[in-house]
Amino acid sequence: MPDGVARHRPLHPVAWWVWAIGLAVATTRTGSPLAIALIVSAVVVVVFWCRDDSPWARAFEVYLLFGVGIVVIRVAFYVLVGVKSGDQTLLALPRIELPEWTGGISLLGPVSVTGLLGAAFSGFQLAALVVCVGAANALANPKRVLRSLPVSLHQLGTSVVIAVTLAPQLMGSWLRVRRAQQLRGGRGRGARAVLATTLPVLQDALDQALVLAASMDSRGYARFRRGGGSRAMLPLVLTALLGIALGTYGLLDGTFPLSLGVAAFTIGAGAAAAASLAASHQLRHTRFRPDRWRTTENLVAGAGLCVTVLVAVTANLSPAFAPRQVTVGFSLTDGLDAAGAPSTWLVAILCALIAAAPALLVGRLPR
Amino acid sequence: MIHFDHVTFCYPEATQPVLRDVDLRIQEGELCLVVGPTGSGKTTLLQLVDGLAPHFTGGLLQGTVTVAGRDTRENPPRALADLVGIVAQDPVAGFVTDTVEEELVYGMEQLATPAAVMRKRLEEVIDLLGLGPLRGRALARLSAGEQQRVALGAVMTNHPRVLLLDEPTSALDPPAAEEVLAAITRLVDDIGLTVLLAEHRLERVAQYADSTIQVGLDGSVSHGPTRDQLGGSLLAPPVVELGALLGWSPIPLSVRDARRRAAPLRRRLQEVRPTQAPIPPREVLLCAREVQVQYGNVTALAAVDLALHAGEVVVLMGRNGAGKSSLLWALQGSGHRSAGSVSIRLPAGVTAPRKADRRKTRADGLTEVDPAALRPERARRHVALVPQNPSDLLYLDTVRAECADSDRLADSTPGTTAAIVQTLAPGVALSQHPRDLSEGQRLALVLAIQLAAAPGILLLDEPTRGLDYEAKRRLAGLISAHAASGGTVLLSSHDVEFAARIADRVVVLADGEVIVDGPAVDVLTSSPSFSPQVAKVLRPLRLLTVDAVRRAMTERE
Repeated sequence: MPDGVARHRPLHPVAWWVWAIGLAVATTRTGSPLAIALIVSAVVVVVFWCRDDSPWARAFEVYLLFGVGIVVIRVAFYVLVGVKSGDQTLLALPRIELPEWTGGISLLGPVSVTGLLGAAFSGFQLAALVVCVGAANALANPKRVLRSLPVSLHQLGTSVVIAVTLAPQLMGSWLRVRRAQQLRGGRGRGARAVLATTLPVLQDALDQALVLAASMDSRGYARFRRGGGSRAMLPLVLTALLGIALGTYGLLDGTFPLSLGVAAFTIGAGAAAAASLAASHQLRHTRFRPDRWRTTENLVAGAGLCVTVLVAVTANLSPAFAPRQVTVGFSLTDGLDAAGAPSTWLVAILCALIAAAPALLVGRLPR
Repeated sequence: MIHFDHVTFCYPEATQPVLRDVDLRIQEGELCLVVGPTGSGKTTLLQLVDGLAPHFTGGLLQGTVTVAGRDTRENPPRALADLVGIVAQDPVAGFVTDTVEEELVYGMEQLATPAAVMRKRLEEVIDLLGLGPLRGRALARLSAGEQQRVALGAVMTNHPRVLLLDEPTSALDPPAAEEVLAAITRLVDDIGLTVLLAEHRLERVAQYADSTIQVGLDGSVSHGPTRDQLGGSLLAPPVVELGALLGWSPIPLSVRDARRRAAPLRRRLQEVRPTQAPIPPREVLLCAREVQVQYGNVTALAAVDLALHAGEVVVLMGRNGAGKSSLLWALQGSGHRSAGSVSIRLPAGVTAPRKADRRKTRADGLTEVDPAALRPERARRHVALVPQNPSDLLYLDTVRAECADSDRLADSTPGTTAAIVQTLAPGVALSQHPRDLSEGQRLALVLAIQLAAAPGILLLDEPTRGLDYEAKRRLAGLISAHAASGGTVLLSSHDVEFAARIADRVVVLADGEVIVDGPAVDVLTSSPSFSPQVAKVLRPLRLLTVDAVRRAMTERE
């Protein structure tokens, strides 16, 4: 590849994923709403600064809306069926006891400030995760991510390519069919109308998916080499699944010991890598322009991991910063030390600055 | 190169085999045309060579298909990828990546081609197909002709020895189609590629083909030199028909052959001036003034004026993306319109619509109305549009149910739609699923649904796409009948031969503007890329079709 040409080089997609996952884990390891809010803002800034104008990049707004929806739903559930405790009643709603067989659920009840804030916070924490994953999706072209995956996951590859290609088309064909059916005379509303548009759209999508799969197949996707195959495959895959499942739980759930989570995750990931290597042996392909891992990639991925470590260490040192059960009660100043110790404030701000660093490192894409 | 030995293929759940006892020998370096009516097994034949049938489609294969000695029974498509390249009907649906360069190297990456070889082959293919200016572009932003060339390039980088092309030009405007065909013939000449090419519009490709395979609806297949195969066939392009009419032997396959033979004919017909009946002043059924369509920054239509008269068939032509569809949708009223006015004349006795402010009553007491102001179910009774993808309108599971629903929506007597379907496409069974119909039958069903409400103005968006000669003949009959009964038809098409057969007037759009609007004879004889074969052969005579030649000859005698 001629390097002198001023061709814009997109960042290695895995770097974006490491960065985003690092931030996602960080948001789950703290109970400080300020720290989470700052990290999420940093993520939003980076996405709006660095994304290109591909369909998945433009879908980031959908993730943001989804996040807002999560917070709203969480709060609504709290008001409707949540366990009401705490003082500072904000809204004195009547409590409606449901019959015995519902298991003692009661509707409504007095809404307290602390309870409401607690519900909003736990919704926000989940929304932060969604926004981080959405950011990775917006910044890393899913098809390029796929190229960085081990060859052994080619079946997954086919489905991801088809899903990614068809999702934007679905919206387009839905609009087209609706417009076309107006030509046939005003179709009523309700289930019949929904069926009338959905059916052709889904059939269309299915046909297109088949054409795409046929095209990939006839161009040699996933050609197997003769022989190969390994007996160790099954135990390896099982270990990987178990380890990763336990490890993810350990990493994301703040009440689980971190070290155990890391250990389980490492073992699982190791087994997965070994299984994948064994399977990749059966397939061969080459890359025309392989995504390179250079300094910028190191820095971007490092920024994400750095935030994780910073948050985890601070949470261990300062109990106020640590994650906790929020159902008990909550106030805005939680997660921050008393006025005398501004250190946690500083940590939160530092995290946000590091998280936003890729915006400077990568720069704005030419549009 | 390609051998079929007693091949019979039957799709799952089909009662009849789609191909029956096929024996074929196709030599290396042969360009072989695959012709046949819609619904015959043309695509299946191509898929059998690639192994997509039965490995991908399912079905029962009897006999053996071998390509360069490899049996497709043991080799799935991916194992044949280094040997056979296939370009499907819709190239866009088969694109796996996002940019031209990525798409071109995709196949080589899968075949584990070393990077140095990839670079070399990429440059070769880019030069061969003239893709240089496109290499960094996003696939979605290319024109249809460019996309088709990229799809061709993407299989060529694998250096296949056999190339299978399924209607590569059916969606393209005449210049883009020429470009793609030129690329294909160049590949055959330069590399000695074996090509199987399925096509409906033989006028473009017959001259290049070494041999022709005819696939019948009963699954029978015959293979022979193109001249013999097309000579007595119903599927002949106009030059062949002209040759048959005049008893030329050997039958000409290209305009060049025919023109060299036609000198005496041109002299003979010189004195015959086609009698042009003076056109009586006709009522204007639809009048569009300064219609503009703007999507964001893109101007699809810039101030188009158009009038449609009773008893007239108007054909709309122009490049892909010239604004033909936008115009049809804007005229129908349900499409987007940024500025300008459209008014249709309501037949006498039709009650005025509710939005009275947009209505004008003319001096003669008839009502003019903007179709966009009407509710969709009212508008369709006056202006009906059949969109480019007719199956979008269908959603029920049998033809019978669709017909009944159509009668109900159009307030017509039960059975109206079914009766129109039967005249348009006699073979359609009412119990069939609309998705199982052939392209032509599905178009017939949608046309019948739209005609059930007896609209005066009929708008058709590329109705000839994917239709065989027989289906086009039926469509032409219907269009003429509609015009003869006092209606008007406006249709967009890339098919010059079809336009020559039915058009009274031709309107050519370019970049959202009307560049020509005139009688068909004038427009279709004035420039080579929009000329039918007969006009090219007989230039400067103003004759468009074989029928016109036949008439002129009888007049002469």
